[in-house]
Amino acid sequence: MRGTVTRKAAAALTALALLAAGCAAEEDAAPSGGSGDSGPIVVGAVEFTENIILQEMYALVVEDAGGEAELKQPLASREVLFPAVEEGDVNLVPEYTGALTTFVTGEEAEASSDGEELVAELREALEPEGIKVLEPAPAQDQDALVVTPETAEEYDLETVSDLAPVADELTAGGPPEEKERFVGLPGLKEVYGIEFADFRALDAGGPLTSNALESGQIDVARFFSTQGIIEQKGWVVLEEDKPLIPTENIIPVITEDVSTPEIEAALNDMSAELTTAEITALNKKVDVDKEDPQDVAKAWLEEKGLIGN
Amino acid sequence: MDWGWVQDHLDEIQSLFFQHAQFTLLALVYGFAIAFPLALAATRWPRLYTPILGLTGILFTIPSIALFMLMMPFTGPTATTCLIALTIYTLLVLVRNTVEGLKGVPREVREAAEAMGYRRFKQLFRVELPIALPVIIAGIRIAVVTTIGLVTITALIGFGGLGALFIDGFRQAFGTPIIVGFALSVLFAVAADLALVGVQRLLTPWARGGGSR
Amino acid sequence: MTFLSELLAWFTDPLNWQGSSGIPIRTWEHIQYSVAATLIAALIALPIALYLGHTGRGGLLAINIANIGRAIPSLGLIIMAFILLGLNITPVMIALVALAIPPIVTNTYIGIRNVNREVRDAAGGMGMTGWQVLTQVEIPVAMPLIMAGLRTSAVQVVATATLAAYLSFGGLGRFLFDGLALQDYEQLTGGALLIAALSLITEFLLARVQTVVVPKGLAKRNATAAVDAKMSGKAGVASSGA
Repeated sequence: MRGTVTRKAAAALTALALLAAGCAAEEDAAPSGGSGDSGPIVVGAVEFTENIILQEMYALVVEDAGGEAELKQPLASREVLFPAVEEGDVNLVPEYTGALTTFVTGEEAEASSDGEELVAELREALEPEGIKVLEPAPAQDQDALVVTPETAEEYDLETVSDLAPVADELTAGGPPEEKERFVGLPGLKEVYGIEFADFRALDAGGPLTSNALESGQIDVARFFSTQGIIEQKGWVVLEEDKPLIPTENIIPVITEDVSTPEIEAALNDMSAELTTAEITALNKKVDVDKEDPQDVAKAWLEEKGLIGN
Repeated sequence: MDWGWVQDHLDEIQSLFFQHAQFTLLALVYGFAIAFPLALAATRWPRLYTPILGLTGILFTIPSIALFMLMMPFTGPTATTCLIALTIYTLLVLVRNTVEGLKGVPREVREAAEAMGYRRFKQLFRVELPIALPVIIAGIRIAVVTTIGLVTITALIGFGGLGALFIDGFRQAFGTPIIVGFALSVLFAVAADLALVGVQRLLTPWARGGGSR
Repeated sequence: MTFLSELLAWFTDPLNWQGSSGIPIRTWEHIQYSVAATLIAALIALPIALYLGHTGRGGLLAINIANIGRAIPSLGLIIMAFILLGLNITPVMIALVALAIPPIVTNTYIGIRNVNREVRDAAGGMGMTGWQVLTQVEIPVAMPLIMAGLRTSAVQVVATATLAAYLSFGGLGRFLFDGLALQDYEQLTGGALLIAALSLITEFLLARVQTVVVPKGLAKRNATAAVDAKMSGKAGVASSGA
């Protein structure tokens, strides 16, 4: 009698163990690059709408070009995601020329550099690591400082320079990275002489930042120029009248080991069609109209004839 | 609550559920693989019980977000990090319940088994474990439900199972994914709990009469 | 190991100990959130559980609520509350209180139910009113378990209060989330260690309080029951999701 129980238990345990081992094997098979085009291409993104739309687009384009794409859950920031690319755990990410150059070279990207110079710098820095920087899209998404119309009127704000004399009365909000990145607080201080009374770490142009600006918990918010919510809420974007924010073309970055000429060509074709207006419209569909990023990406690609079906 | 969204995303929901289940299963299997020998050691050498329980207890008190983050510099935002931390959290309950279960075997039973010529190993598996099973399974139940809840936290480092739906909903300021993720993970926990109760009944038919825990 | 030395540097950097984002303020914020949530939860949970325990009603729910509580994903709860209530501390409090209530309810209920029938009858026989029985007999006898429940709750709340920082508020979680976004591993690890330490301190402190509050004779007698309740509720610590 007791024997049967133990046998049953042992059988159940063995089955579970085998199942678990199978799961574990699958986990390990989860790609870290894969050789050539035989392994899936892991497409990563940072946790914000535009990046996620781009991630979906890249994945669809890759699949259409004969590769196998796998989407990775979005991560908190470039600081978390890009090391994964350097390690080979993630293969393809949508990046921004200026910010990535700063991140990769460790030196502030010159606001005066034009797009091509930045791409050249990126290639120089990343090629030795086996990372390929493809062609930039015309579309740019730059860091933008945003205020409500009421604030703009009260403090007479039109350009970022207008903030300098009144900044010590204002609270700013943005992603945690804002405290460290040169295009954030340090640069604002150095280039514009702006020092805010306080800074609140929220998210990268996400619901926390929107909520905070709307409810008046912050006066100045860091958003990104292509976000639909700015227009939707009727907020005011302050004009960058001094050189701080570099050119930020959207650019695919892919690890060499998984890249093929077909995939690269397809991604470049896609980038060529992507203008600032286009990506802004797509962002709006997801953020404001609550459409699904994948649907929006697919519809756009089909409309432009970039994917087969 | 947008049912249209649910319909459109059935695939994604399904694969997130599988990720969730995978993490839970692996954490439990690894956890038991570590806890069982520890528990055996603690019953064999009672002096070890307090330190083992103390250590697993302290590990358990470390808040899960903190533990995931503590491991990041060493193992990165990877599935391994998630699994190691999830496994650690199962240890306290599994060790504790296994030991208590084994301790709960009446001395007379053990002596009778010895008298009948059962050697240690046989005694353990043929006699002690079956009797200890209800308490052990009670521990497994707690570990399973706890782990299912914890997997959602791994969403903060890029995983999360059904918890990933929380992040999606957060980003879009959209309630439906969150409700779906919430409901499914709670349902999963309840179902797993009930399933284990069923397993216990199957494995210990003699215990059905009395009040089982 | 240079990481350890850098970590030590973070802890010893005087800048990290001053100002509105320094360790002392963050710790204080964290404690504030935790104490407030635990108190509110106790204020809600104790009367309900005492009533149920005293009258013997609602047992099924009371006993199982700790189990259900363990399954609730705190991250989902806090995000949902944010979407419904906006960017203020209320969503954080709601999530913390929701997680703190179950262990208190279950442990208090079981504690009161466990009071010996004879003791209760004797008290009734002595002419005590229901209220007197509750306050002079049941609660004191149930004290070990009530305290165990409160303790479990408190530790759970300290752990989960980390999530306040997820919604941009303060507390020690700030070091975790900022450190994560910036890949500043010293800050991240420092924050994690501080939260773990605070959790452990809370556990030990309340254990001390428990030994003081619970009469010695009871302590011994209820030892097993107390450990059981603590353990079954304690599992909730990790499930709190923090």
